Amino acid sequence: MQLFRYGFLLRNLIVRDFKIRYRNMSLGIFWSLLNPLVMMGVLSFIFTKIFPSPSIKNFGVFVLCGLVPFNFFAVAWVSGTTSLLNNAALIKRVRMPREAVPVSVVLANGIHFVIQIGLLLAFVLGAGYGVNPNWLWLPLIFGLEVVFVCGLSLASSALDVFFRDVRYVVESTNTVLFWLVPIFYSFAIIPEQYKTVYQFNPVAAVVMACRLILLENRQPPFSILWKLTLVSTVALVLGLAIFRRSKRKFADYL
Amino acid sequence: MPPVIEFRNVSKIYYRHHTRRFFHRYLMEKWRRGAREPFYALRDVSFEIEEGGSLAVVGANGAGKSTLLSLIAGLSFPDEGQVEVRGRVAGLLELGSGFHPDLTGRENLVVYASLLGLSRRELQDRFDQIVEFSGIGEFLDEPLRTYSAGMILRLAFSTAIHVEADIMLFDEILAVGDQGFQTACFEKIRELREKGCTFVCVSHSADVLKRLCARAIWLEGGRVVRDGPCAEVVEAYRLSAGAHAHIVGTGGG
Repeated sequence: MQLFRYGFLLRNLIVRDFKIRYRNMSLGIFWSLLNPLVMMGVLSFIFTKIFPSPSIKNFGVFVLCGLVPFNFFAVAWVSGTTSLLNNAALIKRVRMPREAVPVSVVLANGIHFVIQIGLLLAFVLGAGYGVNPNWLWLPLIFGLEVVFVCGLSLASSALDVFFRDVRYVVESTNTVLFWLVPIFYSFAIIPEQYKTVYQFNPVAAVVMACRLILLENRQPPFSILWKLTLVSTVALVLGLAIFRRSKRKFADYL
Repeated sequence: MPPVIEFRNVSKIYYRHHTRRFFHRYLMEKWRRGAREPFYALRDVSFEIEEGGSLAVVGANGAGKSTLLSLIAGLSFPDEGQVEVRGRVAGLLELGSGFHPDLTGRENLVVYASLLGLSRRELQDRFDQIVEFSGIGEFLDEPLRTYSAGMILRLAFSTAIHVEADIMLFDEILAVGDQGFQTACFEKIRELREKGCTFVCVSHSADVLKRLCARAIWLEGGRVVRDGPCAEVVEAYRLSAGAHAHIVGTGGG
């Protein structure tokens, strides 16, 4: 019963977030598609004309496989982090399950993620790669990424209430990660000693798995899957623990 | 039967010099214990309310009224003493918290109702009643930014009151409603009280409090200075506040 209520609340908050973002905008949902397309165009120009990487064919699709999971991660994490501050009036004045605030914001970004995945799949098919049974792994891979971001956001949103610097730490981390996730280079060229570290970065793992599935028609290796599952689960459990511990003081600090 | 709301020697402490630099302050506090200056928003407050009771809280700005309500609502927690609340609480602590100006009245209503803890089924059953009671009518599908303050109050109040919580909290909110709506609210509140709902109200309007509540407590500087029948306490507070204003007035002149 309690869970049922929670689900209804979560759904309403997600819809609310989504509607607020797009109401009064004439292009609406297309903004969701425009950003990855522009980035894909710029990166394709640089890495085919300025610094050509001949080993990668179909650079556009290749880079989109990296951009879509990374974009979701970066945008959802920042908006998740600031969600409690942005909803201070709610936290201070309405009694509700407070976990729902960051989680709903991340899941609302999940809707954009789904749209962008649609765009990615369209490009994959357009470039001549066919549908293959390994596509069935995609929901699991992307689902784990959403779980990971939920966990991170629960922790960072709670900390952001007490230390407002957290938001900037998150933004800087994202800037650094843009380079440390194999978005515009391939996992193959990373020196051997760093490969394990890359696999423990869930965003990098998602990108790698995504490319294996979509571009090489291969099942993602077990080593990636268990590490991704492990890190996402740990992030969620830790995030919930940090949130639960500090939520009693939210109203006093907001 | 145990009381529905029970405060036992409750204190709520804030610390002065709250700057935005939380991390800096955190380090300072770790290193130099006792360097912070406590400020008691509530100090040693005790009272009980039985089921179906109605309590008015009066006091000057900053006396601790809103802090008291947020402790009952379970939004913040006491630093000393115990607060026990038995039952589902719904509060209107601020007009339209959680409302968004770009969403329509209907959309805001649905979000607000689920924030207050209504399930999908409960909302379905009560939606028409809520809309009817609010008297919003044709504006239901207009964005909230076109609403007047009174209309927002109508929507929020109507939603909150249909949650049918065991305990209702009101913080200075009836003031915006017109005469007709106020009368309807009083009627509805009386009806809920007969069903055993408990009310706690904060208001600066003596008339509203006298109509709604049987008992009152008067807070000053976070302490309960008087606790008793509503009319008596509210009258005493009004006289003292009036006298105080008079002194300030002549002193300033």
